[in-house]
Amino acid sequence: MLIKRPEDVRPSEITEPRVYAERRDFLRNSAGTAFALAAGAAFPALLASRSAQAAAGKLSFAGGSALSTDETPNSLKDITRYNNFYEFGTDKEDPARRAHTLKTDPWTVRVDGEVEKPADYHLEDLIKTSQLEERIYRLRCVEAWSMVIPWVGIPLAGLIKRFKPTSRARFVEFTTLYDPEQMPGQRSQVLDWPYVEGLRMDEAMHPLTLLAVGLYGKVLPNQNGAPIRLVVPWKYGFKNVKSIVRIRFSNTIPRTTWALSGPGEYGFYANVNPTVDHPRWSQSRERRIGEFFKRKTLMFNGYEEQVAGLYRGMDLRRSF
Amino acid sequence: MNTPRFFKFAVFLLCLVPLLWIIADGLTDRLGANPIEEITQRTGDWTLRLLLISLAATPARHFFGWRWPLRMRRMLGLYAFFYACLHFLTYLVLDQFFDWGEILKDIIKRPYITIGFAVFVLLIPLAVTSTNTMMRRLGRRWAQLHQLVYVAATGGVFHYLWLVKADYRQPLLYAVVLLLLLGARVWYQRVMLPVTMSTRSLAIPPH
Repeated sequence: MLIKRPEDVRPSEITEPRVYAERRDFLRNSAGTAFALAAGAAFPALLASRSAQAAAGKLSFAGGSALSTDETPNSLKDITRYNNFYEFGTDKEDPARRAHTLKTDPWTVRVDGEVEKPADYHLEDLIKTSQLEERIYRLRCVEAWSMVIPWVGIPLAGLIKRFKPTSRARFVEFTTLYDPEQMPGQRSQVLDWPYVEGLRMDEAMHPLTLLAVGLYGKVLPNQNGAPIRLVVPWKYGFKNVKSIVRIRFSNTIPRTTWALSGPGEYGFYANVNPTVDHPRWSQSRERRIGEFFKRKTLMFNGYEEQVAGLYRGMDLRRSF
Repeated sequence: MNTPRFFKFAVFLLCLVPLLWIIADGLTDRLGANPIEEITQRTGDWTLRLLLISLAATPARHFFGWRWPLRMRRMLGLYAFFYACLHFLTYLVLDQFFDWGEILKDIIKRPYITIGFAVFVLLIPLAVTSTNTMMRRLGRRWAQLHQLVYVAATGGVFHYLWLVKADYRQPLLYAVVLLLLLGARVWYQRVMLPVTMSTRSLAIPPH
């Protein structure tokens, strides 16, 4: 469903129609309120500006997932102004400054490859708002910093089941939009555009794996990968491909962007692993944004219990 | 105050601006989500910039006949060392917080830190011997010693090149500037100087 919007409203202020348009009346429902109160308890400032936010793309979703961490999330400011999104420039603050040129509505995602019915989906047909869940996950960047982010999205597994991949599908490949007009960073060949990332099928089907459309209870800001991005919390941040326009199922391992850019430095798996250093820096510790002292990096970013089984018998030093 | 001294004082103040900028941004919460990384980047950038600016003094004389940059050179070099100290201290105190084990591992295992640390160590004797007394005492060897600045600047550029992930534009820009500055010296000695000498020697009839 598409709602015409006036020209003079900034994209960030627009209530995104596709994700929740018919859900306004759910805004005050129990789940949303519970989250708002919980977030408000941690962030008085957030509570204070709640009325302002209500007008700006609030989502309704189920909170309280058992998969969420109870660590304190980073501030919305930190999450939205410290981004690696080279499509908008390589400085951390470039995406926040420049991502307004990205048009996220309408948005189509092509699903093809080893599926029974390849098709182009409008985003609103892909993400049923009733399925939205909040997941508060740790995010560990390969550059040895980390954040805690309250995502809103849907588990990828459910979607994949709808697509009905064939028995030949062993990997899922995701591609970011390629459009240098909207993504000025793509005019420089710092990476081999478009950005491609991928998962093994069992990784993609894992209950932790999320397709996010929002954060902090609101529609995803452009600089965080709007309108739809991947979140795989036990892997380094660069696996979390943003602004996805294509999901392809394949029999062969996807040729992923960073692995092509530096084969010895960025592997296909890219699981957070404090015992396997990046060739140029240590991965044993990380700086949580907002903290002074570094923390020890946890195996699989602290999700070892849930995901270690996926890699049993593998040499994680070689399959890094 | 006469003009050259006033000018020198102005440059002195100007070189402090990047530091004041960092402090001001720090006090007004403008160093971004990761202030330690930002301070590290800025102090590193200014070390390299000031080193390169100080290396421009000699070509400026050779090619434009300007002498005033030579009078600024020592101050610029010392400021480069000053920002290198801040850069190193940021790493030592803010980033690693005196975790000597990690620091040692970094220096041994991470080539960009190995070379960065080597450059820092290399700059120390240059700063120490920058006084008039030391210049006099070392005589001809002073000039030889201070040629190490070419090594330091080259090392600084490699330090930067080896740490970036994919966007090499900024460090490559420094590399180009460095190559131009070093190339200008070679050009002067191989091409311009011999021409000047041979023009002179023409005045003397061969035998």
